[in-house]
Amino acid sequence: MRVIWSLVLVGALAAIAFAGSRAGGEAVFAVAVPYLALATFLVGLSARVIGWARSPVPFRIPTSCGQQRSLPWIRSSRLDNPSTGLGAAGRVLLEALAFRSLFRNTRAELREGGRLSYAADKWLWAAALAFHYSFLTILLRHLRFFAEPVPGFVALLQGLDGCFRVGVPTFYVSSVLLVVAAGFLLGRRLLDPKLRYLSLPADYVPLVLLLAIAASGLLLRHVYKTDLLAVKDLAVGLVTFRPVVPEGVGGLFYVHIFLVSSLFAYLPFSKLVHAAGIFLSPTRNLANDNRRRRHVNPWNPPIVGHTYAEWEADFHDKLVAAGLPLDKE
Amino acid sequence: MYDGGKILAGLAAFLALALFPFWEPAVGGRVARPEPKIVTAEKRCVRPKAEMRQSHMELLVSWRDSVVRQGQRSYRDPEGKAVTMSLEGTCMRCHPNKAEFCDSCHTALVVAPTCWECHIEPKERA
Ligand code: HEC
Ligand code: HEC
Ligand code: HEC
Ligand code: HEM
Repeated sequence: MRVIWSLVLVGALAAIAFAGSRAGGEAVFAVAVPYLALATFLVGLSARVIGWARSPVPFRIPTSCGQQRSLPWIRSSRLDNPSTGLGAAGRVLLEALAFRSLFRNTRAELREGGRLSYAADKWLWAAALAFHYSFLTILLRHLRFFAEPVPGFVALLQGLDGCFRVGVPTFYVSSVLLVVAAGFLLGRRLLDPKLRYLSLPADYVPLVLLLAIAASGLLLRHVYKTDLLAVKDLAVGLVTFRPVVPEGVGGLFYVHIFLVSSLFAYLPFSKLVHAAGIFLSPTRNLANDNRRRRHVNPWNPPIVGHTYAEWEADFHDKLVAAGLPLDKE
Repeated sequence: MYDGGKILAGLAAFLALALFPFWEPAVGGRVARPEPKIVTAEKRCVRPKAEMRQSHMELLVSWRDSVVRQGQRSYRDPEGKAVTMSLEGTCMRCHPNKAEFCDSCHTALVVAPTCWECHIEPKERA
């Protein structure tokens, strides 16, 4: 049921863009909405990150899978259990670039006879990695619309991505992989009863939205073609703040760009901010040096000390009267 | 303890990278995209212009398949005129300015057709 709502929502967005651009709203969908979406994305994301930057650093939680640094002759695990900032940076980078914790993902299953079994489950990791890298590749390839002259690496990327040369224009490996991987991630939530129970509309919407973006992009490239030169004029106009509303790009292009705008505007407020948040995972980015460095919480009350000398001064007369010896003589 | 400085530095780095298309033209200078130039005296292409612009590659490939696989070299354009299906002999006769026509679009959109590894480019006339 929850996935139905997501489908309805994304379908409605697509219908709005299609009907709106037909009804003469081209400028709205080609210029106003993308600018608004980009502003929402930048301001929203910055606000979230600034919010995190203003929060105190938590106490270091050494969840690690390796030997802590101790005596010099015991080999320590520098990346899994880093004791230095550099090691922690390496751990964060591996997390962001290779999804290292997801690699350790296991799956709990009730086998026949009520036996509970845990087994390695690398499929989630593989699909997540495939999905994220295809997404990055596609984003970088789209630079051909925004940059003039187009940076050299875009041609290289396109060459590698289209190396199979299937069809004219070529099918890109990344766009096919994106659909397959995002399809797997959606199917995983739908087919596994445990996951279906746990999944909320906020889990389905990003996946459905991405699949709709990829589907509209693939249709634009291979079936309902658009005038790419006009698209380039639009994109270049947007980034140079001299927007032009192109003619003859077709309703499907407006669907594509409106869904992309929706994705960017939605990102800071959804679970997709994990893109920024991953760098602030406390169990990944803090070195395990609790025992060597004192951790001071900013909310700790100031320690008000009262030394013996001060105490002696406070009770000086009484101490003298009682005939006790004084330090200060 | 706070790590605000490092986090804000990271945010600034991300924003600088993400806004690359916006500052790149200011730094690198912007070249206007050249319009494809038509030099032929003819009035029309083999198919309507909008259709050519979007799907000339599919037309070319269907021509190729027709010639190479069926030995069928004659194509009827929408007006019923017979056209020989040939890249060098037909397209490039009306569009001999490959650099200013085909390549002007292809460079702007990073398309590198491999056809010219075998087919012969028309000699450019100055
Ligand atoms: C009879 C001469 C002739 C032949 C043959 C011809 N063209 Fe054209 N082509 C033209 C003309 C004239 C135009 C401009 C049409 C217009 O402005 O309405 C044009 C336009 C085009 C355009 C669109 C340019 C733009 O600015 O959008 C493309 C692409 C194109 N031709 C490619 C080809 C290809 C590929 C072939 C071979 C399959 C070919 N042409 C064969 C005369 C020809
Ligand atoms: C109006 C701009 C324009 C003009 C003029 C033009 N092309 Fe293209 N051409 C394109 C675009 C855009 C693509 C790629 C579409 C894509 O990547 O989605 C393309 C793709 C191709 C492809 C397929 C390449 C591949 O590997 O996918 C061939 C072949 C081709 N063009 C041949 C020609 C020839 C020959 C001419 C000159 C007679 C020509 N084109 C003129 C815009 C143009
Ligand atoms: C490996 C070499 C090779 C490449 C690369 C190649 N062709 Fe060809 N092409 C041929 C040969 C050989 C023929 C057959 C010529 C004949 O029978 O007249 C041919 C024939 C054709 C024909 C019909 C006949 C003619 O005179 O043009 C078309 C159209 C054509 N090719 C288009 C293309 C296009 C478009 C590309 C680029 C996407 C391309 N070819 C790439 C070798 C090649
Ligand atoms: C989140 C951002 C985006 C994603 C995930 C995305 C995804 C895709 C995909 C998967 C394709 C299929 C073909 C290919 O891989 O190149 C595609 C094509 C396309 N996209 Fe996007 N897109 C995005 C943003 C944009 C933007 C901002 C524009 C506007 C300029 C745009 C315009 C196009 C066009 C015109 C095509 C057809 C390309 C062709 O025919 O080669 N896309 N998109």
